[in-house]
Amino acid sequence: MQDTVIESKAPTAKTVQVERTKKTTKTESNAMNAKRSPTEIAESITETVGKPLAQNAKLAMRNVNVHYDQKQAVFDVNLDIAENQVVALIGPSGCGKSTFLRCLNRMNDTIDICRVEGSIQLDGMDIYDSKLDVVPLRARVGMVFQKPNPFPKSIYDNVAYGPRIHGLVNRRADLDDVVESSLRKAGLWEEVKDRLESPGTGLSGGQQQRLCIARTIAVSPEVILMDEPCSALDPIATAKIEELIAELSQNFTIAIVTHSMQQAARVSNRTAYFHLGRLVEVNETEKVFTNPDHELTEAYITGRFG
Amino acid sequence: MTSPNNSKPLSQQAALVQKSLAKRYASERRFKAYGLASVLFGLCALLVLFVEIFGGGLSGFKTTQVALTLELDSDVLEVYDATNPDEILAGNYTGVIRNALKERFPDATGRKEKRALYSMISVGATYDLRDQLAADPDLLDTSIDVWILADDDIDTYYKSLSSVPYAERMSDKQQQWVQDLIDKQEIRTIFNTRFFTSGDSSEPEMAGIRGAIMGSLLTMMVTLLLSFPVGVAAAIYLEEYAPKNRLTDFVEVNINNLAAVPSIIFGLLGLAIFINLFEMPRSIPLVGGIVLTLMTLPTIIISSRAAVKAVPPSIREAALGIGASKMQMILHHVLPLAMPGMLTGAIIGMAQALGETAPLLMIGMVAFIMDVPGAITDPATVMPVQIFLWSDSPERAFVEKTSAAIMVLLMFLMFMNAMAVLLRKRLERRW
Repeated sequence: MQDTVIESKAPTAKTVQVERTKKTTKTESNAMNAKRSPTEIAESITETVGKPLAQNAKLAMRNVNVHYDQKQAVFDVNLDIAENQVVALIGPSGCGKSTFLRCLNRMNDTIDICRVEGSIQLDGMDIYDSKLDVVPLRARVGMVFQKPNPFPKSIYDNVAYGPRIHGLVNRRADLDDVVESSLRKAGLWEEVKDRLESPGTGLSGGQQQRLCIARTIAVSPEVILMDEPCSALDPIATAKIEELIAELSQNFTIAIVTHSMQQAARVSNRTAYFHLGRLVEVNETEKVFTNPDHELTEAYITGRFG
Repeated sequence: MTSPNNSKPLSQQAALVQKSLAKRYASERRFKAYGLASVLFGLCALLVLFVEIFGGGLSGFKTTQVALTLELDSDVLEVYDATNPDEILAGNYTGVIRNALKERFPDATGRKEKRALYSMISVGATYDLRDQLAADPDLLDTSIDVWILADDDIDTYYKSLSSVPYAERMSDKQQQWVQDLIDKQEIRTIFNTRFFTSGDSSEPEMAGIRGAIMGSLLTMMVTLLLSFPVGVAAAIYLEEYAPKNRLTDFVEVNINNLAAVPSIIFGLLGLAIFINLFEMPRSIPLVGGIVLTLMTLPTIIISSRAAVKAVPPSIREAALGIGASKMQMILHHVLPLAMPGMLTGAIIGMAQALGETAPLLMIGMVAFIMDVPGAITDPATVMPVQIFLWSDSPERAFVEKTSAAIMVLLMFLMFMNAMAVLLRKRLERRW
């Protein structure tokens, strides 16, 4: 998805001037009603408007660039995610927000051609340090994926898997407690408590996604990354998950990628708008949706393109 | 496109579509018919094969016996103490049987006729008699009525009497004697247990498949134990760990090439390396198993890689995302999901190895071996090689043995395939 973003060689340093090589499409120029197309505007962005940095940053990203082979997907992003905050990453398809999110627990390591530059710090610890072990990192920074992906095991085993492999609990009774509390936190306990041994893949889509969330929080991560967690769900299941995110934000730091602006508005404290790999604007969610600082953000949230 | 009640005339385009429909459906029917014809052709071929083999081979599971009254005279036998194993071993059982035959058919006169008479009984009968006496020493100096094993010529002749009598190797006198036995109901066919309990023999009536079955089982055991772990490990490494570069491309191409190498080449390789270079003994299941391992490895690697590749990436991401190490991801998630596919590949490879003859000829498993092998270092032969050997033998009675052995081999193959299906079902049922 992300690797189709940029065709021209894009500037990486802040001083490089815009390359106006891309042809603008009709819709884009109509939408913008200005001389410059959104593409050109995006490519000229060198600095994020709004307040990308925060005081008590849990995750601090500085000058993050991501390349897929020759193609650059994320340009020079600076962003802080504060503790117990929900940050929504929005933007049109292929703008690099998922790629960026996957950098935060090094899931991009599994993609051979992906290269990440810059610094990403979790509580001041550089997670791209070559000596760092990704296993404990991913225990601290959990992830919920776009498509519900429970293991083809029982509901109980799905939730117990993380604590088991990390050796968090030793006794069966403790494990039972962890499973129950995780499922309760994920709002799934009442629905599945009588069939913990039945396969997780037999649940409905929304239940599966909540099971995945339960599985993620079973290892008590500090940060939860959510990559469009509701894109495969119906509105009712979506509402449940959103409720859940609101509850989880009391204990966890959450970064969520979403295509639904209503969702971003409902669940997040701060919103970051990405366009063509650039972080255009970061502000309080309310400000982004009522009075955005950047023209691209405004165009996107008012539905003029995207 | 057409209106449901045909009230409106069809538009020009709809009419064109209608016109082409008949043609389209006709070609569709033809397409279906080709497929059905192919399936029917395959089934017919299978039916012909089965009729041919079962028709000729079922009699191979039967053996002919003749009733005789034997005088176990200690003077003739030269056995005076039937509890002494040495004496039992050296006993003259042939003499006893010959005396009984002379008694039964007093019209046999002259050396030639007597020899013809004696040749009607298998040499195996003397061993049976010896075993009987060893088991029950009290029989010494008594007279017993027993059914003893007939010679293969009698066997073939007697079995063929119901259709076209085959008497090429039977003298007129012998045919008379057989007729006399039939009239007095002193000849019968019974289930040939010896076929399943003894090894090969140059006498068809004494030859059995057990040696070959054991040889095959031992060879398959070596093959499975070597090829499955190695194949699965190689597949997992290539799919999960190996960097994608020219070297791995080269390895992949060559695995595919190896799968297409004629099997006799592997036999030559085994001969050159294991027997000539490492000086391992010939004709043993260990070497046979190693050679067949080389042959089946590409099959197992290719199918295992396909099975690993088919595991959805979302499961891998889920495992990694929760902090599983790569090995945990593979052992806990990828391997269990890929196992049914891997097992199918392994069993197909094993079935292929079970039916393989050519490479084993090169490493000496084609030798004539009478003993049933008990270990992977005992000289042995395998079922397909045994079939090859028997089909090559001049004795008429080996024809039905060949068919019977083919049936046993087919039985094993069907059993293995059934196992594959069963295992896959069982493992897949764990959702």
